[in-house]
Parts: sequence; C-alpha cells; structure tokens
Amino acid sequence: MKKTVILGALTVAGLAAGAAAAATLDDVKARGKLNCGVTTGVPGFAEPDANGVWQGFDVAVCRAVAAAVLGDSTAVEFVPTTGKTRFTALASGEIDMLARNTTWTFSRDVDLKFEFTGVNYYDGQGFMVPAALGVSSAKELDGATVCIQTGTTTELNLADFFRSNGISYEPVPIETGSEAVQLFLAGSCDVYTTDASALAAQRANFPSPGDYVVLPEIVSKEPLGPLVRHGDNEWGDIVRWTLNALITAEELGVTSDNIGELSAGSSNPEVNRLLGSEGTLGEMLGLDAEWAKRAIMAGGNYGEVFATNIGVDTNIGLARGLNAQWTDGGLIYSPPFR
Amino acid sequence: MAMDQSNVAFVRTEMLPEQAPPASEQGIIKWVRVNLFDGWLNSILTLLALYFIYKILAGFLPWATGGVWNTSSLAECREVLQDTAGGCFSVLTERWNQLLFGFKYPVDQYWRLILAVPLLAVALMPIMFVNHMVQAGRVVAGAMVIIAVLSLIGGAMGLAAIFIITAVAVGYLSMRAQSDAAGARSMMLIFTMLYPFLAFWLIWGGTIFNSIVALAGFGVGYIAFSRMQERGFTIGALSAVVAAIVTWFIGGFISDALAGVLALEPVPSRDLGGYVLNFILGVVCVSLSLPIGIALALGRQSDMPIIKFICVIFIEFVRGVPLITLLFVANVVLAYFLPPGTNFDLILRVIIMITLFSSAYIAEVIRGGLAALPRGQYEAGDSLGLDYAQSMRLVILPQALKISIPGIVNVAVGLFKDTTLVSVISMFDLVGMIRGPIGSSTEWNGVYWELWIFAVFVFFVVCYGISQYSQWLERQLATGHR
Repeated sequence: MKKTVILGALTVAGLAAGAAAAATLDDVKARGKLNCGVTTGVPGFAEPDANGVWQGFDVAVCRAVAAAVLGDSTAVEFVPTTGKTRFTALASGEIDMLARNTTWTFSRDVDLKFEFTGVNYYDGQGFMVPAALGVSSAKELDGATVCIQTGTTTELNLADFFRSNGISYEPVPIETGSEAVQLFLAGSCDVYTTDASALAAQRANFPSPGDYVVLPEIVSKEPLGPLVRHGDNEWGDIVRWTLNALITAEELGVTSDNIGELSAGSSNPEVNRLLGSEGTLGEMLGLDAEWAKRAIMAGGNYGEVFATNIGVDTNIGLARGLNAQWTDGGLIYSPPFR
Repeated sequence: MAMDQSNVAFVRTEMLPEQAPPASEQGIIKWVRVNLFDGWLNSILTLLALYFIYKILAGFLPWATGGVWNTSSLAECREVLQDTAGGCFSVLTERWNQLLFGFKYPVDQYWRLILAVPLLAVALMPIMFVNHMVQAGRVVAGAMVIIAVLSLIGGAMGLAAIFIITAVAVGYLSMRAQSDAAGARSMMLIFTMLYPFLAFWLIWGGTIFNSIVALAGFGVGYIAFSRMQERGFTIGALSAVVAAIVTWFIGGFISDALAGVLALEPVPSRDLGGYVLNFILGVVCVSLSLPIGIALALGRQSDMPIIKFICVIFIEFVRGVPLITLLFVANVVLAYFLPPGTNFDLILRVIIMITLFSSAYIAEVIRGGLAALPRGQYEAGDSLGLDYAQSMRLVILPQALKISIPGIVNVAVGLFKDTTLVSVISMFDLVGMIRGPIGSSTEWNGVYWELWIFAVFVFFVVCYGISQYSQWLERQLATGHR
C-alpha cells in the first residue's frame, strides 16, 4: 500500500483491491473494518445518538457481522446512504454490505444483481390519516392527497393499490421521513403512507398521537433484509449465517446473559454446534469456531436486539407480530445449524 | 434726525424667542402623520401592516422566549411545555456539536476545528483589509477577546485559551502595523500562504509532514519556475509542475515513514460534517475558483484559438449543467469508472466539482468586467511596452476586477449556500444533519422549526457579512468613475 500525496494527501488512493469482487472477506480483514451501508436515519432502525454512535435494529446486523468476522463489534464504518445512492454504493464496492430497510424484491435481487441474505424484519405498507377525516378503510380514500417518499417500493405499491381498487389519488412526493411527517401534520396531505413500522415510530412523537389513526389495511409485503453483491458467495454466506445465528440463538434460548456458560458446552448439540464447542461450522465459513458466539454477544440474540431497539418497551413500541419466532406464530425462521 | 425706535410702543427692537412648531408638525408625530397616515388609503394600509406584524410577533415571540432549552428528547420537552406555545430549543443545546461539527468528528478533537476558525480570520486579514490592517486587527482581536470571555463564563477553558492567544497575536501584529504597515503585512501574508497547509493538518490530522511535503512541492515548483522562466513562460511552468510532482512523490515516502511524528489523530473526510463542512467547502471552493475563473476569463479573450476554444467549451458546458447533477456524477457515477476498491476521497471529488462549477460563473462575471473596460486601456498597456502578463496584472485586471466585485460576491454567496446541496449525496453538512441523523432520531423526530431557523440564522450571518464586506470594499476602491 502506497500513499500518494496530492494536495497534502487529501487523496488516500488505492487500497490495493485487486479482484475485489471475489474476496470481500479478505478485503474486510485486511482493512480491519467492515463498511456497512445504513440509512441516513430511521428511528429505531439506524440513527446516530447524541455522541455520534450508531444505534438501531439494522445497525445491530452490521455489528454482529463485524464481530463474527473481525472479532470487534465496533470495527464498523457506517456509510449512510439515501434511497437513491444505496444501490450504487453497494454495486461499486464502496460498502461491503447494505443493512438499510431494503425490501427484497425480484428485480433488486435479479436485475440489480444483489443477493439478499435473509429477512430481519417483515414489514408492510400502511396508511395513516387524521382521525378527524372519519375514514375507517383505505378503500374510502378516493381522491385523497398522499404524502410519500420517493425512490421506494412504497411509491409503487401505492400506485398498485389504488389502481386495483379503481380509485384515484394525488401523490405529494417527499424526500425524507421527517419532512413527510411535517407536511402531513401541517395538513398538506390527507394521508401519509410508508412502512407500518415507520408509521408507528413517527406517530409516537406526534404532538397529539391520538388525533391520528393507522388504517387496518396493509397493502404490501415488505421483507426487509441485509444484502450483498452478486458474485461473492462466500461473503454472502457469512452475512446470511450471521443473521441466522442471531435468530437461532433466540429459538434455542441462547442470550447474552447465559452465552458464557452455554459456550462451555451444553446438553443441546445444536447449541454446541452454534457456539463452536462441537463441529466445524466456523471453519466451513472461513472463520474461527467462536464466530457465532461473538456475533450474539455483540448485541444479544434476535429477540434481544428487537427488544432493545424497537420493542414495546422503547419509544418506537413495535409488537413482534409477524416478526415473532415461527414457534410463536411468526415468520422468523432460521434453517438448522448442522 | 434719528427717531429712537424704542420709543415707539408698537415697534419691537428685539426678536421674539423662536416658538416650537405645533405638536402636529414636529418630531415623531409629524413623521407618523407624513409617513404612515398620509391620506385614508395609506392609513388603512398602515393599520393592516401593523396588524400582520402583530400577528407574526404574537405567534413568534411566545414561541421564541417561552422555549425549553434543557430536555433530552422531544417527548420530555412536550411534557415540560404542557401545551404552552414554546419551542423545543433543547434540540440545539443537546445536538449543537452535531450541527456544527457533524456526528463523527471525535469530540476530544473539536478544538482543532475551532482553532482553524480564528486562524482563518487572521489569514484573511492581509488580503481582505489591505490598507486597514490596524483597524481590522483591533476588531478581530476585540471579537476574539469577547468570545474568549464568553467561553470562560461558559466554562470552556481550552476554547478561551485558544482565542486569547490568537487575540494577543493579532493585537501584536496590528500594533506593529501601526509603525511598519508593510512589514506587518508581509509577515501576515506569509502566514496566509501557510494557512491552507496548517488548516489541512488541523482538520484532517495525520503527521504534519503531509502538509510540509505538500508545501515543499509548491516551494520547489516555484524555485524551478523562477530558474527556468528566462527560457519562456511555458518551459518555466512545465518544469515547475514536474518539479512539484517529483517532490510530492518522494515526499510521500518520507511522510509515510514519519507517520507518527507530530501527528494529530487522523480524521477521514467522511467523518467531517455539520456547518464546518459547509464552511470548508465554501472557503476552499471560493478561493480556488477565483484564480481559475480569472484564467478562464482571460483564456476566453485570448487570440490563441485552441485555448479560446477550450475555455469557451468548458464555460458553456458547466454553465449549462445543474450543480446537483455534477454532484451526483462526483458521488455515484465516478465510482463506476474507478477501479473497484479505489477510494478517491469524496470531499475532494465534491470540491473539484463545485470549484469547476463556480469558476465558470466567476469567469463570466470577470469577462463582463473585462468587456466594460474601454479599448484605450488595453492600448495604453501596449503602448507602455508592457508584455501581456504585465499589462494584465498592472493595468487591466485591477480595473476589471474592481468592476466585477458585486458579481463575484454574488457568485460567492450563492456558492456558499449551494454547499448545502451535498446533503443530497449523503454527506452530512448542516442541512444533511438536520434532514438525516437529527431529524430522524428517536429523540427528536418531529422537531422542525427550531432546527431550520438555526440553519437560516447561521447562514444569514455569514452571507450578510460577505455582502457588507463587498459594499465596504466597493466604497474603498471607488476612484471616481462616476
């Protein structure tokens, strides 16, 4: 690695990348940091706190991967991306993975050449209206003005929903969530639509939340999950199984409290395989035996991550709902560690 | 036979004391009558205007004065306010550091950014106040003492020390300027030339040898130029460029080897943010685009067809493209052309794009100034036997630039405000911080007016200052053309 000084080394040129596409794991290890793309701020999912430390549900995935690969959950360079820049950032190699409220769709997976490594939050698009509007179903919204974020799947779902119900609407396109909320509160639009999780999070901070209702219709499937580039399956496996490790840990009752004693060996062979005291799963991934243990210790298992960032006891106050473990009637399900 | 007038009872010999004009014809009452209630139509308009002013103030003042300054989240703030109409200014007190410095700059290194500001003032003094160094020095030193006292009251000892020391240095220099203006000015000009390298070291950190090598490159280039100049300007310029590049290349190894010497904690570009980022972009781009703009304007007037052609195409192309598209190119499209894994610094890319953009505009402004000069001025330069460079430097440009001041300032103010556009390419300048991390944090999502009014205020202060300076400069340079 050679540093060329141009205008006083403003340019840090050339991390000798070579065939970057094929060896993300080696790049990350050589760099000592995971470049993880996140949002520019969604309450509960990814936001820097007053000290500039990133917090949130999506951020926890980045930290778990960094802990698994590098052994340090703080060795993450968070690269904030907007709805418009996220895919270029990933495709160009500026980031190693994207954990940014991104909906898994056919065209993003196939056409944009990304690989979704799982789902960490099952969301769906909902509608919020002022209670004074007296609307009880989204199908009564004929002719409504709708505040909507541009460049997202919500924009397309909205068009689909209104078209299939044969009613009309007038979109008010907006760049960020906070601006949409402000316009909605100021009465510039009758309806605000976005993912139900974000609706709940933003409504919690309204001056008078009781004056607004979330309509019962959920008009889309929004499986949100981390994604990586096509073409490096080893790296994709690491991200996928790190997420699965968090999910499996909750299913098996491995928490950040008891992980110390469980990792010494337990009566459940799957726990032993997960935590590395039995089998060679880590080696198959190109990591050491304790990778999953570190990932879980970074922020706890899936349930703990959910509870600390967006659960019912937080400001966001989301119930598990679809995101409960499959054993509790939800959709969160990890393939077995075997 | 003179008649004594005093004897005549009805003729006065002395003046009566002046009487005050009637109450309705003087003072505030007259002013109000003449200016506000002059006829029924104007009276109605005045009353209407007063009503609107009252409405605005009645809304704004309770909000501004009844605000809450010390809560840690919006919900808490609303609890304290209890439906009274106050603002939640606590978002400013809690997140002031993020608004000013971004959210990633290490907190214990803020002093470096703060130190760069008074030093910038010092560096600008000899350029901006050529003949008024003494007064300017007093004002700057006075302002710094006030800031130092304020920060002492606020308990920021380090900050106070920074400002006191600079105030003393500036005060000393302005005292020297009183007796030896030229000497003090050349001392400060040396500092001005060193400032970019110093500021780079302060802001980005790393070893000071990065800055020294960069500076040495320019120094060696200058020496090479002055040695080779006799063989012609082009050969001189070429050898300067070669010498500088060789110096930087060799120096790169030296500064790599000395990476730990006199090193500040390195801060990568993407960790810069907040108002400081706007400031850096504004200052760097304005100061780079001025010389480039002058060169382009001269090039457009050149007799040499290729140079003229290049300049015209460049200017017309850049002026025909929105800045935001150039920024998108800098951010996303360039990444596709560079080899994967290359990390061509984003701020550098943005600086290049904004500089190109504004230099095209400045070139057109200066071309207007050049065109406004009578042809006789060019001929006067030629008839004195001055060569091209001399006649431009001594005769043409001083006049042309003077005419162009309002236009240049216009571009500079516009450019400074345009730096907020970088928020669109996920850089966290002041606007980016408000729209992103602060505006959508769990604690503060829903706060709107307080943040934006703060942003308006800080931008207004700087832009109004620039425009006042330009008006002052125009008065200083008015040599009687009208």
